[in-house]
Amino acid sequence: MGREVSPALLAARVRKMHSGDVAPSFLDLDVELAPGITILFGPSGAGKSTLLDCIAGLTPPDTGRIAIDGEVVFDSEKKVNVAPQHRQIAYVFQSLALFPHMTVEANVGYGLLDAPQQARGRVDEILQMFRVEQLRERKPREISGGEKQRVALARSLVTLPRVLLLDEPLTGLDAELKASIIDDLRAWNGAHKIPIVYVTHSREEVDALGERVIALEHGRIVSEGTPREVLDAPRRRRLAQAAGFENLLSGTVMDLREPDGVMRVRLADSPCEVEVPLGHAAPGDRVRIAIRAGDILLATEPPKALSARNVLEGKILTLERRGTLVVARVDCGAVFTVHVTPGAERTLELAAGKKVWLVLKTHSCHFVEG
Amino acid sequence: MNIEALLLSIRLALCVSAILFVVGMPLAYWLAYSRWRWKFLLEAIVALPLVLPPTVLGFYMLLAMGPRGPLGKLWHAAFGHGLAFTFAGLVIASVLYSFPFAVQPLIASFETVDRKLLDASAVLGAGRARTFRRVILPLSVPGILTALVLSFAHTLGEFGVVLMVGGNLAGVTRTVSIDIYDRAQSLDYASANRTALLLLVISFAVLSAVYGINRRSGRRAWLPWAAK
Repeated sequence: MGREVSPALLAARVRKMHSGDVAPSFLDLDVELAPGITILFGPSGAGKSTLLDCIAGLTPPDTGRIAIDGEVVFDSEKKVNVAPQHRQIAYVFQSLALFPHMTVEANVGYGLLDAPQQARGRVDEILQMFRVEQLRERKPREISGGEKQRVALARSLVTLPRVLLLDEPLTGLDAELKASIIDDLRAWNGAHKIPIVYVTHSREEVDALGERVIALEHGRIVSEGTPREVLDAPRRRRLAQAAGFENLLSGTVMDLREPDGVMRVRLADSPCEVEVPLGHAAPGDRVRIAIRAGDILLATEPPKALSARNVLEGKILTLERRGTLVVARVDCGAVFTVHVTPGAERTLELAAGKKVWLVLKTHSCHFVEG
Repeated sequence: MNIEALLLSIRLALCVSAILFVVGMPLAYWLAYSRWRWKFLLEAIVALPLVLPPTVLGFYMLLAMGPRGPLGKLWHAAFGHGLAFTFAGLVIASVLYSFPFAVQPLIASFETVDRKLLDASAVLGAGRARTFRRVILPLSVPGILTALVLSFAHTLGEFGVVLMVGGNLAGVTRTVSIDIYDRAQSLDYASANRTALLLLVISFAVLSAVYGINRRSGRRAWLPWAAK
């Protein structure tokens, strides 16, 4: 047979029935991960955290095989199941799970209790790298959310793990803080080159981190590739919603224009027709169209001489300010969600009841299966 | 007031609390974290003294400790004398009687330790012993204090079991509650009242301590001792 030629450092084939908090679900997949960041993306309940738990050894798969760096840590056939403390895997939980009764320094040094001689130096080094050295005497309840996240990362990485598992570790941080922590993580990754599995359902994080994305749904891999490939062509409704497509509209295929690579879809319960890229569908088929709210242009006069093929007339129903974003709901027969900037809201004097035109590029309209 | 009886009771309560601390800790750990399917049977047995009349427990303990009982025989073979109506016999019976008062608070406090902390500890390379010592134990201090205080107080006030197993031997098995009963029977109400009042005050102080500890730990999540 010879040696495995795969460059994968983490190989997991996992099948597991698991009784989650809400409903029992199922995990059935086979992944091989090379060094670098891989994003596990999918709606909650898709099995992302269960997969991480299986890799870390916190819960055993029903059947399967997990190998790290060629070393088998789980094999249901050969009855191998290495305890989590012997797997040399780092795992940052969503709750971070910092020890509340220990100082930052003791938390970070926890994984080095067996190597007390080197512990001091390594702890110093990593506290510095994650810019939390001034917090070393503090308890977790005395530091901020972003600081906790840095400490949790430092605690995991100080042990020089063979694999790093991150379960939505940046939830609840503002974008700037997120970006700076992601930069630190990238820097660390540049120096150490291990497989990093990053679970998230935030598009921002996918765009910021993404080298490779694996989309999970109902415990199975539904697509994998670059962030663009996976997120911009959602084939399933739930994934589309998870991927941040605010508009998910059902409609009926009217006709196919194969030479142009497009088809026309009439949106349900409305006279609106939109032109979308050609998909696997026949006239009369019921389909769904996913459109990101930020991809829709909004005009207060009928636009002319545009390359965009879809111009829909409508009326603003509501306007809502969310941070630096204004969310408009526009009724064109079908109701669209549109994102504009506060500046645009002022210049165009947008208000509820105002007549507007929506402009949709054909390629911003994504065809979604059933 | 019978100082001899009071000191005997305190000595008994200290012995029982110490033994329960040592025996109760591993049992509580096991009951808190085991997934054994028949665990509930053991939980029921541990809780039994809560509902059983002390005389019933005392009666069976007496049978077991008697010269023909298994415990009595074993004890006789090891130490050359019987177990019934001795201080040692009283300690054994009291340990069983106060068992739930030590084990239940321990289970409760072990169970409230966030499981993710235990997972984090394991992933960071710690085996069960280290996780217990470094994470579970420090986070369970209020529960441990509660267990100690409750088993002490409960033993201090026991009556039925002592009467069945210990009898009423001055300086050996005549505890403070038996003494109160004796005084009241002989119509020495003044003396009975002094002892009874003392016991009342001690019990109240002890329970205040327990509630105080838990209230503080509830408010300052986890760290009652870290208040600076």
